[in-house]
Amino acid sequence: MRKVLMGNHALSYGAKVSRAQVISAYPITPQTEVVELLSKMCASGELKAKFIKVESEHSAMAALIGASSVGVRTFTATSAQGLAHMHEMLHWAAGARTPVVMGNINRAFAPPWSVWTEQNDSLSQRDTGWMQIYAQNNQEVLDSVIQAYKVAESLDLPAMVILAAFVLSHTSETVEIPGQEKVDEFLPPYERKYKIDPDEPHAFGGLTDPDNYFELRYKIQKAMEEALEKWEEAGEEFESIFGRKYGLLETYKVSDAKSLIVSSSTIASTARNAVDRLREKGEKVGLLRIRVFRPFPAEKIRGILSSVGKAIVIDRNIGFGASGIFYQEIKAAMYNEEQKPPIFGVVTGLGGRDVSSKDIIEIYQDVIRREEPKSDIIWKGLKL
Amino acid sequence: MAKKSDKKIIFNKEKKMPPFAISFYSMEYNKTGGWRNFRPVIDYDKCSCCLICWKSCPEAAIKLKKTKVKGKEKFKPVIDYEYCKGCGICWEECPTEAIDIEEEAE
Amino acid sequence: MKLKIPEEEIMGHGNLACQGCGATLAMRLALKALGSNTVIVLPACCWSVIDGPFPHSVVNVPLFHTAFAAGPSTASGVKAALEIQGKDTNVVAWAGDGGTYDIGLGTLSGAAERNDDMIYVCYDNEAYMNTGIQRSSSTPLKAWTTTTPVENPKESHKKDIISIMAAHRIPYLATASVAYPEDMIEKFKKAKDIRGMRFILVFSPCPTGWKYAPQLTVKLARLAVQSRVFPLIEIENGIKWKLNKEITHPSPVSEYLKPQGRFKHLSDEDIAEVEQSVEADWNRLLEKTKK
Repeated sequence: MRKVLMGNHALSYGAKVSRAQVISAYPITPQTEVVELLSKMCASGELKAKFIKVESEHSAMAALIGASSVGVRTFTATSAQGLAHMHEMLHWAAGARTPVVMGNINRAFAPPWSVWTEQNDSLSQRDTGWMQIYAQNNQEVLDSVIQAYKVAESLDLPAMVILAAFVLSHTSETVEIPGQEKVDEFLPPYERKYKIDPDEPHAFGGLTDPDNYFELRYKIQKAMEEALEKWEEAGEEFESIFGRKYGLLETYKVSDAKSLIVSSSTIASTARNAVDRLREKGEKVGLLRIRVFRPFPAEKIRGILSSVGKAIVIDRNIGFGASGIFYQEIKAAMYNEEQKPPIFGVVTGLGGRDVSSKDIIEIYQDVIRREEPKSDIIWKGLKL
Repeated sequence: MAKKSDKKIIFNKEKKMPPFAISFYSMEYNKTGGWRNFRPVIDYDKCSCCLICWKSCPEAAIKLKKTKVKGKEKFKPVIDYEYCKGCGICWEECPTEAIDIEEEAE
Repeated sequence: MKLKIPEEEIMGHGNLACQGCGATLAMRLALKALGSNTVIVLPACCWSVIDGPFPHSVVNVPLFHTAFAAGPSTASGVKAALEIQGKDTNVVAWAGDGGTYDIGLGTLSGAAERNDDMIYVCYDNEAYMNTGIQRSSSTPLKAWTTTTPVENPKESHKKDIISIMAAHRIPYLATASVAYPEDMIEKFKKAKDIRGMRFILVFSPCPTGWKYAPQLTVKLARLAVQSRVFPLIEIENGIKWKLNKEITHPSPVSEYLKPQGRFKHLSDEDIAEVEQSVEADWNRLLEKTKK
């Protein structure tokens, strides 16, 4: 069924067709529509789930960790301050190996108050053990929720589907809502091996001394590494059932490209337009979009970037005191390669400032004139 | 029920680590009787089998044994010295002063 | 020959609690009443250690460790999921006073307002004992802790958690004491048969933190009741207050205070002030129970 949906409702429908069983959330702009629609679906019986209307995001995540540990499918959504308020429980979800799936609307942190898009909220949760998927349109938002359950439940790792505030969350696009039968075929009910069950009593998460803790952390890392393959397998299976293809990365006009723009989320979809316009002017430029950021597809990125002349990483985020965060990760991934391009890092669009196709063309034209990156940040659009 | 084990379990190549911190084993390896500085001893001649000691023991280290006193079936409290930490609550609480406390030998 | 208290021990042997731990006795008795069809959700507290290290556990029911503020919220999720699976299981959030009066109060209030189906137990030992005896908002007036040293003991009253919880109009609320095991077990059994949020505050003396000889745990818990420091009550729907144990001839409060090192620095005036405070609280309680 095709429907015009805002990104937030694409998340709700994603949870619905995935048959989420326990939902718990706390409202925050610009996430509210996600949970409003889910509340309605639960109230009408359209979705057979229990909705726990908690008093904070910390509680939302705690409730889902509890529910997931019993062995049911769980969903929540949040943004910025809400995600930060969850922080303690994000670590808990990963450590308890609960495959919670969450939508996060990328919004800038306060102070000063801002409701507009920026990636610092999700990227500051980079090391919590959550998988992170950055979607570029509303169809991908919905499809990624379904895939996230598939991958998360196969490895008992939590997953975050991330979309840009307003640019996607409140922008309506035509979205194909997959039929329930097909989704059920792709996504069987969640079966948890070790669960909270009075018939088989276990304690979960007890005090673990240095003799045992290390290996448990190793296991999270191993699961993350395995997740790289799982995302690709899920993408292939998804394509065979639904006809839409997704991978860890997306490339656009890279085969003959001398320079590559590397970005994520909606900046990457704007960059596609910029690449077309630059190509019209004879520039050999392509685009690499990072879709799955955790686990980080370093090997795949190396395979693509090692043969190009220049890489331009555009970040709508900043690691204060260092540089753009995608830039840091990509540079680190390339460091041990013999053949590698100079990598330029651009920080732009913070606090939701618009990043247009024209801006990206200007970024490209600026970088192409430079021989080597003299600093870790090229600021674009700064009015100082 | 949790599996019993005589010692604390440490995972290694032979003993496979579960996917996350799940407990499968009891705490019985931890013989808390070794913590005891003072040993409570029940004088059954004075014991009225009121079971206040049993109710008050934080360790569940007082067990009940069915017995007959003057033809009546009663529960007799028996201290499990493997786990009794020697806190002395039973000694303090016993209404018939049937429990004495003795210093443990080194 | 019938026991008033179930014989079966659901708490096993070998726990890591200090000698004479009130909180351990509380768990042992509570589990006897609740039975094995029970799940414990455990935010950070002494019991996080008492239960034993991974991969061991001293209780023979599922026990889920969660973050300090997350006892009630995690329990809400566990209950919702068990209901979806068609299981009628007692979900118990088992927290200390830190997790209840302080860091978890917001989440507790949330779960209580939603009337989520759980038995919330606070074993109250009146300070952060697991981290080494720091004051909590449950620490009583004038008491010593490592953060309220004798030069500047606790200046404020113990938070009235009972009135706070009663104000949520939850179906069942009770106080219990490890010195009154029959009463405690009866209350847990009663709570088990009620749906919605049930809150039980269990007075759990701590020899390590209160600085008394471990054999006095039960005696002090009894003295707290007999001196009106800790009244045994039940409240239904936040409105119907019931005093379970009339204390017509109270023992002197000083008798309760004296054996405890945490009150050793109290002058006669200090003791008088504590006594007045206990009396005032008792009179307020009587007004509520007489209605």
